[in-house]
Amino acid sequence: MNDLPLLDLVIFTPLVGAILVGFIPKDRVEVLRLATLAVTLVTFVLSVGVLLQFDAGAEQQFQLGSSLQWIPEWGIGYITGIDGVSLWMVMLTTFLMPLGVLASWSITKRAKAYFIFFLALETGLLGVFAALDMFLFYLFWEASLVPMYFLIGMWGYGRRIYAAMKFFLFTLVGSLLMLVSIVYLYFAASGAPTFDYQELLGTQLSLDVQRLLFLGFFASFAVKVPLVPLHTWLPDAHTEAPTAGSVLLAGVLLKLGAYGLIRFAIPLFPDAARDLAPIIIGLSIVGIIYGALVATMQKDLKRLIAYSSVAHLGFVTLGIFVGSIQGMSGGILQMVNHGLTSGALFMLVGALYDRRHTRLIADFGGLATAVPILSGVFLVVALGSLGLPGLNGFVGEFLILLGTFFTYRWWVVPAAFGVVLAAIYLLWAYQRVFHGDVTHEENRLLPDLNVRELAMLAPILALIVFIGLYPKPFLERIEPSAQRIVDTFNRTSVAPEGASVAGGRR
Amino acid sequence: MNFTPPNVELGGIAPEIALSITALLILVVHAFVGDRAKNVYLPLMATVGLGASIALCVVVWGQTDLQLAGMVALDGFATFIKIALATFGLLTVWLARDYLTREGVEESEFYALVLFAVTGMMLMAGAADLMMMFLALETFSLALYVLVGYRRRSLAGQEASMKYFLLGSFSSAFFLLGVALTYGATGTTNLYERGGAAGVEGVFGFLASAPSQETGMMVIAAGFLIVGLGFKVAAVPFHMWTPDAYQGAPSPVTGFMAASSKVAAFAAVLRLLESALIQLRWDWRPLVIGVAVVTMLVGSVVAVVQEDLKRMLAYSSIAHAGFIFTGVIAANDRGVSGSLFYLATYGLTVVGAFAILAVLAGREERRTRLVDHKGLFYENPLLAAALTLFLLSLAGVPITSGFVGKFVVFGAAIEAGYEWVVVIGVLTSAIATFFYLRVMVVMYMQEPDEARPPLRPGPLALGVIGLTALATLVFGLFWSPLIQLAEKATFYF
Repeated sequence: MNDLPLLDLVIFTPLVGAILVGFIPKDRVEVLRLATLAVTLVTFVLSVGVLLQFDAGAEQQFQLGSSLQWIPEWGIGYITGIDGVSLWMVMLTTFLMPLGVLASWSITKRAKAYFIFFLALETGLLGVFAALDMFLFYLFWEASLVPMYFLIGMWGYGRRIYAAMKFFLFTLVGSLLMLVSIVYLYFAASGAPTFDYQELLGTQLSLDVQRLLFLGFFASFAVKVPLVPLHTWLPDAHTEAPTAGSVLLAGVLLKLGAYGLIRFAIPLFPDAARDLAPIIIGLSIVGIIYGALVATMQKDLKRLIAYSSVAHLGFVTLGIFVGSIQGMSGGILQMVNHGLTSGALFMLVGALYDRRHTRLIADFGGLATAVPILSGVFLVVALGSLGLPGLNGFVGEFLILLGTFFTYRWWVVPAAFGVVLAAIYLLWAYQRVFHGDVTHEENRLLPDLNVRELAMLAPILALIVFIGLYPKPFLERIEPSAQRIVDTFNRTSVAPEGASVAGGRR
Repeated sequence: MNFTPPNVELGGIAPEIALSITALLILVVHAFVGDRAKNVYLPLMATVGLGASIALCVVVWGQTDLQLAGMVALDGFATFIKIALATFGLLTVWLARDYLTREGVEESEFYALVLFAVTGMMLMAGAADLMMMFLALETFSLALYVLVGYRRRSLAGQEASMKYFLLGSFSSAFFLLGVALTYGATGTTNLYERGGAAGVEGVFGFLASAPSQETGMMVIAAGFLIVGLGFKVAAVPFHMWTPDAYQGAPSPVTGFMAASSKVAAFAAVLRLLESALIQLRWDWRPLVIGVAVVTMLVGSVVAVVQEDLKRMLAYSSIAHAGFIFTGVIAANDRGVSGSLFYLATYGLTVVGAFAILAVLAGREERRTRLVDHKGLFYENPLLAAALTLFLLSLAGVPITSGFVGKFVVFGAAIEAGYEWVVVIGVLTSAIATFFYLRVMVVMYMQEPDEARPPLRPGPLALGVIGLTALATLVFGLFWSPLIQLAEKATFYF
């Protein structure tokens, strides 16, 4: 075994980097962004080390972490560790971050603060995925909110302040309710009060209490996912955020909610999760259809992609809550897929915006002749997003639909309809933007993707194709962990049957 | 004839003695030194005096005793509070030096008044007799009335002082009535008087042994005492003086009031409710819950519409009184240690916040409105970052001490089974966050204001800001030592 705490290094490298970036003079924009790029690349290389050390067949649930005393008076420890779910979330984050820096090349105003917030955000996100102490988790969860608030509010577009405020407050209300649940759970722990996630897993609670605590967690995660009707912050935040901000919002921040459901809400309160699953599945289906329909009607490309996220994340929560291993694995894989495709789509729209300073579909048309490479890349990513077999989206959505078929047979019909709608809104948008005659003269001479933009899109494209053709390396690491969670979900009541009757069930 | 001298032990009031002597010395010395030397010697003397009182507190840390004929309790609780008070006093003195120089105000009495106020507050923390508590209350209140109106030429300052004085007198009257009723009910004003069958007499002993039908009068007395102290902690509905007094007072004094007088008044609340009247907890709890809920709601909601930063922080300080009350409601060990932790860290944060406001407001504090600070981040990123840290701490965002404070008091209330109060608490703190975010919007997301004169913070003011910012971060991340101390800060009974 290697004694180097690689995972913790991955978490804190960006923070150290942020402090170092703080010493660079603020007018040296070139140096600032190269330094930030270097930090994110180092983090990515370290995380590849984590990936290589990760043992898919390990006995224990969590690996590669560390466990330190922190505040013993309140049973708080610094406990980290990853399983197959968090592994890919960590990888997704470290993978998208350098690309996000590349997408931030046009940021020259107040660049220093921008890159500091950017790196601080990375530590927050990685910490959320690796924390195994509820207090530590909450700390990272909330702390990641602040840099994102500033990224949207300071470098966003038109209604950035409104969007940033809405983003912060929506998330905060949810988080605070989760905090109440966490503290309640702390005192309900079977042994001495503790925030240690693994010790809390076996806590015996009556169904009524479970339901309330689950709702506390759900309030936080459902806002983040987002599930309809709590999604209204998302189109604003995604649309007004700077390109890299949108990439990270869609690519990583939305995964926080789904990840929280998988890691915390379901294993801690399996009875409540099973009890409330039909409602959540219903909301997911509504999200799939509603998000797709609204996306179809959007005039702004960024808003379109934002609503498509609502639809795609609906698939994820559907997969998570149907209670079959295919659904769960598909949901987790789809989180990665969505991170890649929506990230790439936001980058492409950002590239278009940099050229034309507009995101309205009506301002484009016939771009395929002017920017053939850009339009080709856009097409591949869009096809990946809508689930064309052979590309990544298909694998995830297929598994989710398959998993749904085993347990909630008829729900597959509207869900599959959502896939069709995805094809409609994406291809229709593609057609209006890239096909036909050039409708605006200024579009005729647009420059095509440059080397930097290709460099940030190529890795994503490679992964989109790779996952589509050969998802095995991903799935074989996801499945053991997914199986564990599905088992918890399907296990009949943790408490003896008598107790749950006394707890008020039926 | 045999004369036995009374056994006088002074450990319990040694810090207060040190402060009073220093304050008197300051008053004497200022008559003999020139204006320029005053600027150096007087703050230095105050620093030495406060430092000495902290040292004397540290020496008696861990001792438990009842001294001066049972008037003063020497226990971990009192010592913890005294150290916090002296620290706030120290920060205020440093801050005031730069402030007074800038404003060109006669400064000699200022330091003496701050020291007298701290003396009174310390006595409050250790008071084991209601009369003692009342005297302490009056001592620090009188000093504060003067300090609030210290900018004599400012109309707002005079109004603030007057309002604070009038309403403060009311509150003293309520408190005194509570004391009288206590005497009527129990035959004593002392909380823990020694002797008697159970080893302890006084109010505590009375309640421990009296049958429940005899405690009715004491419940009413407790109500009056809570009302009197409620004024001082700025709890709704006794908060009316707060916004005006906070706005009119010189910023360093506002910070001092927000931190110290809250700590001192809560020290009295905690000693009364959690120690002397703990047997009556089922009677006072509904009242305190009501006050806590209303205080959190009003403080947070009204803060949202404020346009003046000092007024906003005044309402935020009201809301914080409500949050601390949730720890009081819990009436368990975590509640007491959590409240102490909250008070200490809130004090540091709020002193830092007002230190920044004192710098930002400029000469004669003309620029205290929110719109005066557009784009502050672009002119003075470090000040803006520090203010952001304090605001995030007040909002209760993690990695700041404010989050931990809320966490521990809410945790205590959840342990005691008052989840619904906590749910109200977190929702109101989400409301309050809106205002803190508005300040950040103005500082970071709006274009800089061209007309703003350049800021010239003095070195001491910067030092205070740096120290408090550091404390806000350190106690937000590594709060284990402080919560340990707070847990050891137990009552005499």
